[in-house]
Amino acid sequence: MKLKALIAGTLLSGVLACGAVATASAEDTVYVQLPTYRTGPYAGSGIPIANGMADYITMLNERDGGINGVKIVFDECETGYDTQKGVECYEQAKAKKSLVFNPWSTGITLAVIPKAGVDKMPILSMAYGLSAAADGKAFPWVFNPPMTYWDGASGVIKYLAEREGGIDKLKGKKIGFIYLDAGYGKEPIPLFEQFATQYGYTLFKYPVPGKEMQNQSSQWLNVRRDKPDYMVIWGWGAMNPTAVKEATKIRYPMDKFIGVWWSGGEDDARGGGAQAKGYMTLNFNAVGTDFPAMQDIKKLVVDARKSKVEPAKFGENLYNRGVVNSLYMAEAIRIAQEKTGKKVITAEDMRVGLENLSIDDARLEKLGLKGFIAPVKVTCDNHSGHHKMYVQRWTGEKWEKASDWFDPMSDVVNPMLLAASKSYTEANKPWPERSEPCAN
Amino acid sequence: MDLLNQIFIAPFIQMAGAPDFLAQVLWEGFVSGILYALIALGFVLIFKASGVFNFAQGIMVVFAALTLVGLYQKGVPAILALILTIAVMGVLALAVERLIMRPLVNQPEIILLMATIGLTYFLVGLGEFVFGGEPKQMITEELGLPTGSTEIPFGEQGVVILQHIDIAAAVIALVMVAALGLFFSRTRIGRALRAVADDHQAALSVGISLNQIWAIVWFAAGIVALATGIMWGARSDVSFALEIIALRALPVLILGGFTSVPGAIVGGLIIGIGEKLGEIYWGPLLGGGIESWLAYMIALIFLLFRPQGLFGERFIERV
Amino acid sequence: MFYREAGQYKSSYEADQAVFPLAQDRIGMAVILVLAAAVVPFIASNFVLEAILIPFLILALATIGLNVLTGYAGQLSLGTGGFMGAGAYACYKLTTSFPDANLILLILLSGFFAAAVGLVFGLPSLRIKGLYLAVATLAAQFFLEWCFIRIGWLYNYNVSGAIDSPERRMFGLVLTGPNASPVTRYLTVLAIVLGVTVLVKNLVRGRIGRSWMMIRDMDIAAELMGIRPLVAKLSAFAVSSYICGVAGAMFVFFYLGSVEPAAFSITLSFQILFMAIIGGLGSLIGCYFGAAFLWILPIFLRNVLPMLGIDVGAENIVHLTSMIVGVLIILFLIWEPHGLARLWQVAKEKLRVWPFPYA
Repeated sequence: MKLKALIAGTLLSGVLACGAVATASAEDTVYVQLPTYRTGPYAGSGIPIANGMADYITMLNERDGGINGVKIVFDECETGYDTQKGVECYEQAKAKKSLVFNPWSTGITLAVIPKAGVDKMPILSMAYGLSAAADGKAFPWVFNPPMTYWDGASGVIKYLAEREGGIDKLKGKKIGFIYLDAGYGKEPIPLFEQFATQYGYTLFKYPVPGKEMQNQSSQWLNVRRDKPDYMVIWGWGAMNPTAVKEATKIRYPMDKFIGVWWSGGEDDARGGGAQAKGYMTLNFNAVGTDFPAMQDIKKLVVDARKSKVEPAKFGENLYNRGVVNSLYMAEAIRIAQEKTGKKVITAEDMRVGLENLSIDDARLEKLGLKGFIAPVKVTCDNHSGHHKMYVQRWTGEKWEKASDWFDPMSDVVNPMLLAASKSYTEANKPWPERSEPCAN
Repeated sequence: MDLLNQIFIAPFIQMAGAPDFLAQVLWEGFVSGILYALIALGFVLIFKASGVFNFAQGIMVVFAALTLVGLYQKGVPAILALILTIAVMGVLALAVERLIMRPLVNQPEIILLMATIGLTYFLVGLGEFVFGGEPKQMITEELGLPTGSTEIPFGEQGVVILQHIDIAAAVIALVMVAALGLFFSRTRIGRALRAVADDHQAALSVGISLNQIWAIVWFAAGIVALATGIMWGARSDVSFALEIIALRALPVLILGGFTSVPGAIVGGLIIGIGEKLGEIYWGPLLGGGIESWLAYMIALIFLLFRPQGLFGERFIERV
Repeated sequence: MFYREAGQYKSSYEADQAVFPLAQDRIGMAVILVLAAAVVPFIASNFVLEAILIPFLILALATIGLNVLTGYAGQLSLGTGGFMGAGAYACYKLTTSFPDANLILLILLSGFFAAAVGLVFGLPSLRIKGLYLAVATLAAQFFLEWCFIRIGWLYNYNVSGAIDSPERRMFGLVLTGPNASPVTRYLTVLAIVLGVTVLVKNLVRGRIGRSWMMIRDMDIAAELMGIRPLVAKLSAFAVSSYICGVAGAMFVFFYLGSVEPAAFSITLSFQILFMAIIGGLGSLIGCYFGAAFLWILPIFLRNVLPMLGIDVGAENIVHLTSMIVGVLIILFLIWEPHGLARLWQVAKEKLRVWPFPYA
């Protein structure tokens, strides 16, 4: 009846009103959406990253008035590491005309990669996501500096080989790989398996389902049975501290336990207490606050109560990781402004900026972040770059540098990346040919 | 042939070949089983008294643990925090009884189940709102619970490592079960609880106050949730990922019967040990990770032979 | 008094047995269908179409599937997520093996694979009842989740373990993949969901549906009357899993585009169960109400609360939404335990006597 239609109409218009989201005012501001997760089982890792990202941008707005006078307006979109919500955040980012989308989850990244080119939304998946997206020719809208998971895996093997005294000494050794049983954890497996046949070590795999992250006793019982010489962890969120704790429980030698850069949060190592001393992870940013820019953040944002970070956690590893993400975004905006001559850029300009991203030591010094990261450069063909990483060790209280900056095995990784990119584009036919001109 | 060998012979050879490892696996299974039983206990309490399957038990575990740790982090000394948390669980029990159970008296079970689901949503939001989403460390030492571990030599070269907190958990769980069993059979309130579980109307006509009983039972379930939260939180951090672990209690409840307190322990032990043995010795055949469904399969097989569980009450259906 | 349904006489059996015998219902339905099919695609923004309406329709379909099993046949099932996943992976394998076949056909075919899986996991229902059966279906859910991760053949052995929707066309229009316009996808989903709803409505009114309802109400009595419980229960599982399978395939191909196995987890099963219960078990329109309540309301709250000026940060919006949804669920249950569908019926009854309080 008409009443039904009236009710249906009211409901529908209420729903449609949701679509009318406020867009950023064009008065010399640009908008960036920050997908984050401050809730859910991965919040332990997501919260410091969210804080780091937000605080660096706030500091730039406060100290410099934005980038060349253009302030960066941002807001957070809570994804909870859930692909459904992540896709919703992506749709909102599109609607609000965000300059770039940072999925912060390999699952969400995989979901939005096919849409990026059609929607003209650049995706910045810093050191995570689809490794094959480093192939700029096939993925013009996806960027994953400074390195991919395959670079990281090769870095682990390189470091372990060095410890043993040469890559041929790895023959006959047992390497255990405990990983989150999701896209993120499974990415490096092909590389580890290839190296296993190449260099003669045995690879033991211990998957940890996402729902069982806090109940890893079976996996570590298996580790106790197999007694691998080295353990490698590819964990995230609640999986990390539980793994470290379980490793100490079975008395696994912590100096033989090495993780990827996402397993390197302070809270992750604290899970094992004092016995976790010796736990190592890869890293590509510095830890601590001894940098002029970090002091600026402290003064202008943390002390001014504009930040959600706990003062004690300021300068921790994952917080600084978030800062690096915002650093990339800020530099890309600046470069895009230079290249296009516009102050208020669009997402397409941001793509140009990201493709020309280049931060060298001189620039880092100017930014007040000398030594914070290794120099990074993105090119048309290589959206990742195989840049340097280092190994850090847990002292029981904090992270200390345990090696110098070293390169991954790019000569091995690069052909694999290109092959993987080819098979991805074949599997997803028709994959559009790159139509954007090379920006540099 | 090789497959048959792998299923029926090889695992036993492995077991015999490394007896210290087998002992460790059995111990881990025992501890898991006790912890599952603790969660199941909370379900059993509420189901026994009101016929409601309390979906919110898992989140109550997390909420209790979070309250305890949150209070401690705000500066309250540990023992006082513990008492305050018990008080908070009491208030929660009263609120649930007043606001959810009373208006929904006599509704079909599925409606009450749904109400506890609504409660879950509410507690998840409230917990995260008040305490934040960061995982926290349980204040094990401050509560006087032992930490550290002992190594017991086993056989020639083997060693079995026992965590002190696990031993404490087992002792506490058994004490709780014994106390609850005594409570149900010897005290007046316990008898009233059993009467209410049998028939609401008959209990009312005998003069038992349903509201009082329900408040008491939810409070008891809250205490059990707190104990569970402390034990689980001590083994791994306190975060909302614990909520999913509560689902593991379901196979335990199936095995033990929804209304039996000793059944929860026995069911827990069977599931815990069976799961660990299955995962370690037969898991590699299937690629590992079978723990997630093995417990349910075990429960399912049991159910096919004994639909009411080992200790549950047989339901007699009348047409 | 003003809304009168009286005075509509039927002069043929067909008219009497129609699904919508009253003119008001027919007009109302027609208006809603015209709105949904012709008006919404033009006035709704892309965000509303992509993030609100398409998933709402797909989840409503999955809720219909679960309602067939739980609401009409009385078998409580927590395996919905797994069955949806079975349909999705079946569709993925079918479309990657037969890239030129019509996608709609493949989606409808993939439901049969999900139905086969549902049939196997429905076998315990012959022996187990009630809450215990729910736990048995949980075994199905966890086992299927494990299969999606462990069996590499299902996702063509690709490294990430995720399946995605390759671009498919029909009549020259792009249906799936990033180039598909939201309007095309919305209309396709709408067509499929409406088609299946009509099918289920007829099933439920027929002999099979009645046998399900008899099993639900008192299965021993039904058996004494000659209904074969084996056929009734297993057919309920099969039909329910078919619908959930189709919904799962659409979930991947028309909404998310790419899924990890974690998308078909127990959380999804619970989400659909809640939608079914809130909407009202045993009622088709209840499925739509429940899906709207549990899907659109949180998004509505998430977007409206900041607009009202409650600016407490994105994650607190999520927490507040969770709390409000929880409180609303409890309030609704106290107000009307049989779900939103019953509320709707009560509202119509009140409308018939309005403005008087009682007839």
